[in-house]
Amino acid sequence: MGAAWTIAVKDLKQRLRDRSAIIVGIIAPLALAAIFSFVFNPIEDFEFTADYVVVDQDGGLAARLFVDQVLGGMAADDTITVEELDTVEAARVLVDVEVDPFAEDVDTADAAFILPAGFSASVASPDPAEMEVLAGRGSGTAAGVAVAIAEQFASQLQTARVSTATAEFYGLEGDRAEIGLRALAVPNLATVADAEATSKILSGTTFYAAGLAIFFLFFTVQFGVNGMLEERHAGTLPRLLAAPIPKLSIVAGKAITAAIMGVISMSVLVAATSLMFGAEWGNPLGVFLLILGGIFAAIGIMGIVGAFARTAEQAAVYSSIIAVVLGFMGGTFFPVGQAGGLLAKLRFVTPHAWFMQGLGDLAGGNVSDVFPAMVALLVFGVVCGGLAALGVRRGMTA
Amino acid sequence: MPQPTLECSGLRKVFDDLVAVDDVGFHIEAGETYGLLGPNGAGKTTSISMISGLLTRDAGSVTVGGKEMTTTSLDAKGLLGLVPQDIAVYPDLTARENLVFFGKLYGMSGKDLLGRVDEVLGVIGLTDRAGDRAEDFSGGMKRRLNIGIGLLHKPSLLILDEPTVGVDPQSRNAILESVEQLSGEGMAVLYTTHYMEEAERLCDRVGIIDHGRIEAEGTRRELVQLVGHRDRIRLAATGGLEPAVAALNNLTTVEEAGSGDGVIELLVSDAGEHLTEILSVVTGTGVSVSGVDVDEPNLESVFLHLTGRALRD
Repeated sequence: MGAAWTIAVKDLKQRLRDRSAIIVGIIAPLALAAIFSFVFNPIEDFEFTADYVVVDQDGGLAARLFVDQVLGGMAADDTITVEELDTVEAARVLVDVEVDPFAEDVDTADAAFILPAGFSASVASPDPAEMEVLAGRGSGTAAGVAVAIAEQFASQLQTARVSTATAEFYGLEGDRAEIGLRALAVPNLATVADAEATSKILSGTTFYAAGLAIFFLFFTVQFGVNGMLEERHAGTLPRLLAAPIPKLSIVAGKAITAAIMGVISMSVLVAATSLMFGAEWGNPLGVFLLILGGIFAAIGIMGIVGAFARTAEQAAVYSSIIAVVLGFMGGTFFPVGQAGGLLAKLRFVTPHAWFMQGLGDLAGGNVSDVFPAMVALLVFGVVCGGLAALGVRRGMTA
Repeated sequence: MPQPTLECSGLRKVFDDLVAVDDVGFHIEAGETYGLLGPNGAGKTTSISMISGLLTRDAGSVTVGGKEMTTTSLDAKGLLGLVPQDIAVYPDLTARENLVFFGKLYGMSGKDLLGRVDEVLGVIGLTDRAGDRAEDFSGGMKRRLNIGIGLLHKPSLLILDEPTVGVDPQSRNAILESVEQLSGEGMAVLYTTHYMEEAERLCDRVGIIDHGRIEAEGTRRELVQLVGHRDRIRLAATGGLEPAVAALNNLTTVEEAGSGDGVIELLVSDAGEHLTEILSVVTGTGVSVSGVDVDEPNLESVFLHLTGRALRD
């Protein structure tokens, strides 16, 4: 152990003098976390607003339901403003205005809903019901939302039609329009909810801070793990092998170096992103356990590269490829878990995903909630470290 | 009879189909410098890699200080100091840091270590540059630091693998002087080189190695005699040379003598031993000698004789 520590201290001294380790381990992830945080955080604070106008030429029950209940309900939430106009021409004027971005208080509309005469009657008839949506100039998102609102209402109208037809088929008595409207008023029996508990979702800043931290951890650890190849390249490996120390202590020295660099890098990142960007990593003990697990897994994976690569340069290339691929797959740059499908499942073949999962679990729970992720990370470390050890034994000659 | 510091026999190493070393064996006593002389690729480095426990051997045995050497025998490794052919120092560490690091790996610590580091810095002439990083050193200084690390822990056996390759003449001389000094202090030295001059200057005994086999072994004189070479003496002379030549041919120590253009040329078994007698005989015939030139056969010619090719082929 003494020799391993001596080697680790020597390596750390070299790494401190080699500024690339500091750049890769601390400065680069900090800078990128800051950039991602500044770029993506506004999305969290973004509030959708739109100004719509509506022309009800029908005045029937279905039309009033749309204007008063659908649009009126959204307006009540201050999500949109709705102004009812008398004529289609008036609506066209508002949506056709060329908007000057520097002009203030210009009367415009993001979209106009035109409900033609006979709209409500069509609910109770086989004729198609038509609603026209006029998109405002330069109102891409707001106009798109208007179209979506109209399509949703059209879907509900279709439900009403089916209900009416069903009532007639079974000979139920009653006014067709009334049946249709009653069908429109029935709420959906099933709703789609976010599968993730709200408390287990990381904030944008925390997500990018954690993602970049685990992503760059692999590069940081690589500096230590590839030390064996650098010793060979520098010609110092024969000298180490000729010294009266167990071969294992050389490997252990490199692993200790990698672990210490990983802990320092991650600790600085956790502290800095918490203080500077407001990242919320969660319970410190849980975070520390996850960091240790992540470092263990990273040393194992990068150890395979270090054991089987022939040169330090080759190892650096392989390590970069592996780190980037695993980083993307593991969702360190974007939440692939929310993408669903195969990609969401594949992410769990990476330690990155387990690390992020562990942080998510920690955000909504206590320290013990990180244990599943910890176990997964340890398995990565043991399996990959075992393979690396086989390669090291094979290649540990002068 | 004291035990040799190094004893190896029957060393063999095969890489795929290439027999790199075959039945190599020799021993080195304390205070003795043994040279492995051979061209590049002769098997010198492979031999010392097995001797120093870096490489497993396919056959043979190695003991250092009576302890068997394997790739895992720490006791034997502790008795050995290795100076690899390639410079094996950390360029981003200072000379002192390099020495302290390797000293710790050999179990040294505290004041003993620091004192020995200062001592070695003096031996290798780097005391003034102890705090400078090795990357700022000249090639010769790096070589000297390379050697300093090898002798830091006062090994019983110091192995130097071509330590003067690519070194300027001044540094080369400093290195050779250091080796002579260490040997004089009782350290056993195994010195590999393809420079005949170094082997002749430093080595008490030389093993001539080629194609992985030791072709001959002994002192320089023994090797020369082994291949039947004789010293050639040229005497610049005036007077009647024929009587002098006749007198010389009557001497049993003279193998052959002849003359021409004011020069008497003769072959003897040992010029140093018989030169006085030869000069006495020549001047006794009334010939005046104005110059003497002795051409002794060297290891280069021995190597040529044994292998059929020059040492630097």
